[in-house]
Amino acid sequence: MKAIYILCLRQLKRYVRSPARIIGSLGQPILFLVALGFGFRSMFARAGGGNYLNFLAPGIISMAILFNAVFSGIEIIWDRQFGFLKETLVAPVSRLEIVLGRTLGGAIVAMAQGAVVFVICLVFGFRLERSLLLPAAIVFMFLIALLFTAIGTAIGSVLEDMQGFPLIMNFLVMPLFFFSGALFPATGLPKALQFALRLNPLTYGVDGLRGSFSNSFAMGMTTDFVVLTVLTAILLSIGSYLFSKIQL
Amino acid sequence: MNEMIVVQDLVKNYGEFCAVNHISFTVPEGKIFGFLGPNGAGKTTTIKMLTTVLDPTSGAIRVNGHDPAHDQKQVRRSFGIVFQDPSLDDELTAFENMDLHGILYGVPHGERRKRIDLLVDFVGLGDRKKDFVKTFSGGMKRRLEVARALLHNPRILFLDEPTIGLDPQTRNHIWSYIQQLSKEEGVTVFFTTHYMDEADRVASDVAVIDHGKIVAQGAPGELKERTKCATLEDAFIALTGHAIREEEATSADRMRMMGRVWRGAGRR
Repeated sequence: MKAIYILCLRQLKRYVRSPARIIGSLGQPILFLVALGFGFRSMFARAGGGNYLNFLAPGIISMAILFNAVFSGIEIIWDRQFGFLKETLVAPVSRLEIVLGRTLGGAIVAMAQGAVVFVICLVFGFRLERSLLLPAAIVFMFLIALLFTAIGTAIGSVLEDMQGFPLIMNFLVMPLFFFSGALFPATGLPKALQFALRLNPLTYGVDGLRGSFSNSFAMGMTTDFVVLTVLTAILLSIGSYLFSKIQL
Repeated sequence: MNEMIVVQDLVKNYGEFCAVNHISFTVPEGKIFGFLGPNGAGKTTTIKMLTTVLDPTSGAIRVNGHDPAHDQKQVRRSFGIVFQDPSLDDELTAFENMDLHGILYGVPHGERRKRIDLLVDFVGLGDRKKDFVKTFSGGMKRRLEVARALLHNPRILFLDEPTIGLDPQTRNHIWSYIQQLSKEEGVTVFFTTHYMDEADRVASDVAVIDHGKIVAQGAPGELKERTKCATLEDAFIALTGHAIREEEATSADRMRMMGRVWRGAGRR
């Protein structure tokens, strides 16, 4: 237990101590929020979709969590290359404890980043419904963070260096984001695309978060919650297994 | 006397390539054992297998009476290690690196604090305890790693080229401490080095490995006698030949380059 705690704490310390990373990773969400949020606002309203900024904000928060979570997971590659991973691998603690500590720390970092983006959204005019479900919103943010940190951990355990990083960004993270309902509603999409959205775990996260803020879920809170929880459990197991197979 | 490390017929293959080829040796408790060989001879691969992070292809290993493949925790508790490459977290302070290690090894709080102070002082970093490791020079990092490896009172100390890139002062300081440790506390030391004068001075026994095979074993004096050489360095060359070994640049080296570009730009 102590090992999990100290490795988690390490991730948090590293996050708090690098303002460059905190500010740097806010750039993209703000860009999307401003460019799309104001760019499509009147079009979205004319089409009868309502307030686009309110629709978009949960998607942008999810995006910030997604990117930071995957990156936190993939940080294993840095630790491998800069040597710190060895220090943990020869320590008399189980690989499961190491993975849990890292993943938990990474997830909290991703969530913190999501919270910062949440505040920024408020500044740019995101308005919450009176009936918002704040505890549910926090749970969904945490589940998104944990799920994608676990995916990052799984990837980071298999890759040996950062050469594959653009591949992951362009063929995994970006598509996950674009086809999650973060930017546009699923209704009216071609059948194939609708199907793709259904398969995307982030879709359930975005819907859960958006639902919690507006108290109206497209797929139902329970569905969102169950899908995310089950997937998180599965991916944590896969991540732990792959991590336990690391040899130096 | 107890045998602290026993290796029998150890083999490690990477596909077609045989990195370690049927080696056997033993290290008695409290001895300082030098494992010498040219680049790419199989030294680090052997250390990895002894320290539970790499599975052997075949052969038997006992470290402090335990098998690294099965009793990983017992083996891991028995040793401290200084790796060939740095393994500190640059974004943490010296104290935090030590403290994290102590917690991972289950050293109780009070004892942890005491030993951290003691060891950090010993390696001459007492006044830098609260500084970030990224501000340290190579030699300071190395000293901190030695201190860290000793934090949990290990029975065996593995040192993979511990003095590489260090000035003579630091090298002497580290070796005199390690010798003292071995003498007073009976800690067994297993080290690799390219500095033959060091091996000659501190090791009670050495093994010379080349192309994955042990080509000679014994006290440094015996090897010099057998090869009729005046120094261990000459004996080493007589045993392993003059050919310069090729070692491939690892992906780690390439990454370090990239890391410098990335992080350096982002953080400073």
